[in-house]
Amino acid sequence: MGQTIAEKILERHLIDDAERVEPGRVVRAKVDFILFNDANGPVAFRHFANMGGTKVAVPDKVGLVCDHFAPAPSAAGAHMLRDMRSFARDKGIKHFFDVGKGGIEHTLIPEMGLIGPGDLVAGGDSHTGTAGAYNAFGTGMSWAGMAAIMMIDETWFRVPESMRFHLHGKKAPYVTGKDVILKCLQDLGVDGALYRSMEFGGPGIAEFNIDERMGICNMVVEAGGKTGIVEADEQTEAWAKATCKRPYTLTNADADAEYYSRHDYDLSKMVPMVAKPYSPDNVVPVSEIKPGVKLDQVYMGNCANGTISDLRQIASVLKGRKVSKWTRVMIVPATQKIYRQAMAEGLIDQFIEAGAAVSTPTCGACFGGHNGALDDGEVAFATINRNFKGRAGHAGAQVYLGNSYVAAASAIAGEIIDPAKL
Amino acid sequence: MIYKGNVQKLGDSVDTDGMIAGRYLSILNPAELAKHIFEETIPDFARRVKPGDMIVAGKNFGCGSGREQAPFGLKALGISCIVATSFSRTFYRMAIDLGLPMVVSPEVAAAASQGQNIEVDTETGEVKLDGKSYKAEPLPKFIQEIIDMGGITDWVKKEVAARAKAAA
Ligand code: SF4
Repeated sequence: MGQTIAEKILERHLIDDAERVEPGRVVRAKVDFILFNDANGPVAFRHFANMGGTKVAVPDKVGLVCDHFAPAPSAAGAHMLRDMRSFARDKGIKHFFDVGKGGIEHTLIPEMGLIGPGDLVAGGDSHTGTAGAYNAFGTGMSWAGMAAIMMIDETWFRVPESMRFHLHGKKAPYVTGKDVILKCLQDLGVDGALYRSMEFGGPGIAEFNIDERMGICNMVVEAGGKTGIVEADEQTEAWAKATCKRPYTLTNADADAEYYSRHDYDLSKMVPMVAKPYSPDNVVPVSEIKPGVKLDQVYMGNCANGTISDLRQIASVLKGRKVSKWTRVMIVPATQKIYRQAMAEGLIDQFIEAGAAVSTPTCGACFGGHNGALDDGEVAFATINRNFKGRAGHAGAQVYLGNSYVAAASAIAGEIIDPAKL
Repeated sequence: MIYKGNVQKLGDSVDTDGMIAGRYLSILNPAELAKHIFEETIPDFARRVKPGDMIVAGKNFGCGSGREQAPFGLKALGISCIVATSFSRTFYRMAIDLGLPMVVSPEVAAAASQGQNIEVDTETGEVKLDGKSYKAEPLPKFIQEIIDMGGITDWVKKEVAARAKAAA
């Protein structure tokens, strides 16, 4: 019987080769990389100490990224960052990225070539599945479990069932990877992929570059998914060749793989989608948003939508225009490298000229921590991934989610609009 | 292992934001954290739970933000086991690693009512509600082992000791 991408990747990482990788079974495996940020790292370090940890089993498998409280918004945040720094120094963690030296974890780690096709990646953060854009199996994990991996270099996984999403057709204008996953969320709901691997393939995949694939995989967890993986194609291979610092294995499903379910999406029929408050599955086409949803803030950025492709999309809309007087607009490149690239292309200057605030990479406004948090009663449009009550600041704020084109167009209009109507 | 207590009945898609508000995430003391469990969403919850009680909930229990303080706080409050139609996977894993058993049973979730006497055998998957028998998924052996040790911390300690001995 054939295997899905998730099954193949797990099988290659088994500790005991005789174990069977079948959906529902619990298997023990070694991961290729583990990822901590400054929100979960400090808690995991405590578990590590309680386990009697002194030395990290394989320090080079560990990535520590300062992004949530970076730059520190408060003394408490500074304390979290300090914990990260001292752990990195004490344990000899090479892949430590401080403020000004990295960016947001899920964009940064692949950019640095630290993960690639066929890898098994665990992270303390729920959006670790973003690695699926690079044909890797990424998944969020318990913080104690992450500490355990630092101790004994192994962990356990329940083998997920897989769902196959077959994409075909030519994508319509202003449609991005974000719309693919929002469409999935509309169809599946917030628990429609619970425990499963969402696997994206078909000729339509070629319509999305590597950056846009991050937008797809980033939000599989919003449907309950354990991971989301895009099948490997020429673009994956070209990216891996140019970027990966470790050996990689392009991994695709067998033709006779067994899926829990199969879904078919015609990209030519897809349109920009928007998730309304207060759930990422409360999705409608942008054209169904009634005119007059006035915006106090538009936020463009996060671990999957602060890519150079997003910044170019934003610039294509903002060029020569000004953002609305009563709407504050924030644009956050996801990494320092993307920031510099955008500068070299003149995008940053265009953003500032249009009246947007541009900041150093940070999670800040995405989780309502700082750098653009919302007040009671405010309404925002953001290219982030969650809009639960209280997610982006005050519980009385409302957040609409969508792609970078819609965000940029809405920033100019001061209300949610279809970029085609600008 | 057999757990006994009374049912604390909850619904579908109970999220972690509702269990423990973001502003309490810096609390490390278990007893202190326990006081704030479901503070705004089910104000009398912390008061009515007796040590040993079990939550019986619907689907997608523990969805939303992956925060360890949620299962940690429930355990500190005295919850001995959670039975649900399904769990959010990060929550499931965080709870197991902290030594709090998670049992899947749509049958029990549908049948249970608030306050009922409940007995769960995690090894056989048998659940009794006021003496009447229902089926649940038994815990996989490896997970049962972690639970028996009170979580992954002691399990790792044992594993490390065993490896050191083997190497010596
Ligand atoms: S950008 Fe947002 S979703 Fe991504 S890791 Fe940071 S807080 Fe989480």
